Amino acid sequence: MAISRTRFRRKAKVGSVIPTASMADISFLLLVFFMVSTVFVRYRGIPVNLPTAEKIEKIEMRRHIAHVWIDKSGAIMIDDKVLALDQVATVLHARVLADRRLIVSIKADGDAQFGLLSDLLQELRRVEALRVNFATERERGGE
Amino acid sequence: MADIAFLLIAFFLVTTTMYQDKGIQLQLPPVAETKLVRQKNLCSVWINDRDEIAFLEDGDLRRVQLDQLRSEVERRLKENEKLIISLKAQRAASYRTFVDVLDELKLAGATRISIAEPER
Repeated sequence: MAISRTRFRRKAKVGSVIPTASMADISFLLLVFFMVSTVFVRYRGIPVNLPTAEKIEKIEMRRHIAHVWIDKSGAIMIDDKVLALDQVATVLHARVLADRRLIVSIKADGDAQFGLLSDLLQELRRVEALRVNFATERERGGE
Repeated sequence: MADIAFLLIAFFLVTTTMYQDKGIQLQLPPVAETKLVRQKNLCSVWINDRDEIAFLEDGDLRRVQLDQLRSEVERRLKENEKLIISLKAQRAASYRTFVDVLDELKLAGATRISIAEPER
């Protein structure tokens, strides 16, 4: 134990510098990413208890979705306006003409009656909004 | 410069919603399109107003539970791959049951699903 401790001590001091030259680049990259991926939630809709399902698909094209809410009592709502069934057809017809790739996402309450849904589907067929998505929650324990 | 960029980043971070719409996709047929289907290629699934599910076979209804539906449909699809499944629900049936059945049909691998219009 004759080795003195001073043998291992270093005198050289290394200054630490975080390079900030690319900081702006990185931040702009992130900025562009978030700008592109942001879609503003325009409509809140009405609170519904969506049914659950296992075999669900994601809608990739978020800009081509028309949301239709249907609550328990059978009220239909598009873009925060309560509409009657024949008005729904008119509104969606205009939307379909503006955007051929439109997907109608039906957010209906699980306790809603199928009859109304069926009427809505017939209306959608009539105005040629043929791509439909029945919005559901992922079933727990599924997959 | 970087400050402004970070400010904007913070703004977009907060406003971005990563929520993605998901659900069961279905392509509806156009109104003009009515196809005649052979009886042997058709399998009718009915839902009544008490949310009970049944197969319509040879003119009579045979009840089936939701958890058996998938294997039943799978078996039928294996026998006849051109099978079209016609889903018919009464108006008073609940949407939840309809989605459950549709989900089971999709899980069973059925691609040709037709939704029949209920009687008034």
